[in-house]
Amino acid sequence: MTKVWKYGDSVNTDMLFPGKYTYTCGTAEEILPHMLEDLDPDFAKGAKSGDIIFAGRNFGCGSSREQPTVGFKAIGIKAIVAEGYARIFYRAAINQGLVLIECPEAVQAYKEGAEVKMDIDAGEIIIDGQKFNFPLLPKEILAIRDAGGLLAYTRNKLG
Amino acid sequence: MGMTFAEKVLAKRSGNEKVVPGQIVMIKPDHLLMHDNAAAITAKIKDDLEKHGVVSKELPVIVIDHVAPAASEKTATNHQDIRKFVKKFRITNFFDVGHGICHQIVFEKGLALPGGIVLGSDSHTCSYGAVGCFSTGIDRTEAASLILTGETWLKVPKTIKMTLKGQLQENVSAKDIILHIIGDIAADGATYCSVEFWGDIGQLSIEDRFVISNMGIEMGAKNATFPVDEVAVEYLNSIGLAPSDYDAIWADDDAEYYMEKEYDLSAIEPVVACPHQVDNKCLAKDLSDTKVDQCLIGTCTNGRLSDLVAAANILKGKKVHPDTRLLVLPASRKIYEEALDMGIIKTLSEAGGVILPPGCGPCLGAHQGVLAPGEKCISTANRNFKGRMGCKEAEIYLASPETVAASAINGRITDPRGDI
Ligand code: SF4
Repeated sequence: MTKVWKYGDSVNTDMLFPGKYTYTCGTAEEILPHMLEDLDPDFAKGAKSGDIIFAGRNFGCGSSREQPTVGFKAIGIKAIVAEGYARIFYRAAINQGLVLIECPEAVQAYKEGAEVKMDIDAGEIIIDGQKFNFPLLPKEILAIRDAGGLLAYTRNKLG
Repeated sequence: MGMTFAEKVLAKRSGNEKVVPGQIVMIKPDHLLMHDNAAAITAKIKDDLEKHGVVSKELPVIVIDHVAPAASEKTATNHQDIRKFVKKFRITNFFDVGHGICHQIVFEKGLALPGGIVLGSDSHTCSYGAVGCFSTGIDRTEAASLILTGETWLKVPKTIKMTLKGQLQENVSAKDIILHIIGDIAADGATYCSVEFWGDIGQLSIEDRFVISNMGIEMGAKNATFPVDEVAVEYLNSIGLAPSDYDAIWADDDAEYYMEKEYDLSAIEPVVACPHQVDNKCLAKDLSDTKVDQCLIGTCTNGRLSDLVAAANILKGKKVHPDTRLLVLPASRKIYEEALDMGIIKTLSEAGGVILPPGCGPCLGAHQGVLAPGEKCISTANRNFKGRMGCKEAEIYLASPETVAASAINGRITDPRGDI
């Protein structure tokens, strides 16, 4: 069963990746051991490719710190489902090619141990058989995600 | 139906007659701000830079301020990488260690213009709304892409209109206004929105406006902007910009707002944002039992001349309490020199303050004034998140320079209106 990591409201960038490492950790290998260090010490040890993150409102608020999104991408997090996102985090996640889903109903319906399935292209998330729909992103933004992130997208354009 | 400030700027810059919230537009920003993170940003596109170069040597503005001077071999190497990049691509707007905090430098050097667009790989890029510039933060990857292409997309935000009415009380300042507003609207209350300030704003100096725009991001806003009135024109004149150098833009009277709010400034009292969220609003007068181990006056929020003057007025002839310590960081060299000329630095030093070099200092917990477990710090910065000042078992309280100065004298959180 897909592993879900569940967090609350206003998880800020300092909780996702402490500010004291921002100028010493740049690559995914340097970032990974410190992911969610001050929020959930088990995450860095236990998170695996295909896992999903559930969170409350204002996920990723705070600094323009992209390390958490780089870390999530490197782990292979399948999707983040939150009630809402802070704007810079949202943009950073798209630029890394991550899947972000904004669906408060799904977050509220999720209870520990529930089975989660999703069809990202159809905008559907199913929790213990109950279906929730989320809005699809505009095509300009999907193009960035689908290219595998912004730099890949830019390189395609520049040739 | 008219347009809001954000709609007008984005329509103009994307070549559209009209835009609506939610619409995606392509724009070319006037400048791209980077700081110490320029090392990591340019490293991402090392090969691309060899192949394509930078799209324009005038686009980037790079300021080394976050861990400046360097605190370790690693940060020193970052700075070295930045200097190499600057030389190689002849970047015009480069400000090395000691110039000051990036946002203050953009401001002082007139790199953010009314009606213009500035993007920056720092969340407090929203500060330039103080002079009517549409400015907002982006991530490092996007900054890297912009260095190569000079172009990106923006979603047209919804707009919140905030009307400020009435006169502030003495020893209550712009910081109290914005902490009050964030406490009211919540840390995500303006997420993805453009915020416009209307009303009795003539009483707010350009420095006051900077404090308020700077903290727009702490309520989730994309940008937080003031109209270009006489106060702004006078400031712009003082840094050598005439009205013909820019195209000031403001909302139409019949613009459509997503939300409207009104605040009575005369009712605002000295506010403190308690740990660990900026919207955890308390009043200074209710926290007089809270002892503080460190007091910090500085950062891009409150390290300007008026902040140092306000602190010096309170600290003059007094001493910092023996159980606490006071750190002072002028936001730029220019401010430092002005404060020196005015005798402000001497006053603060005589009171027992430690004067740190212009830069971010301890704000992000990387060096110079990191906290120990169990310690409490009252600071004029903009964030009190857990771990922000380098220790997750420490607590940060945010307040105005007046409140921090008064607290430094008493060693406990103190309302600056009372007996100190
Ligand atoms: S002073 Fe603090 S908030 Fe401002 S730019 Fe520097 S680290 Fe960021």
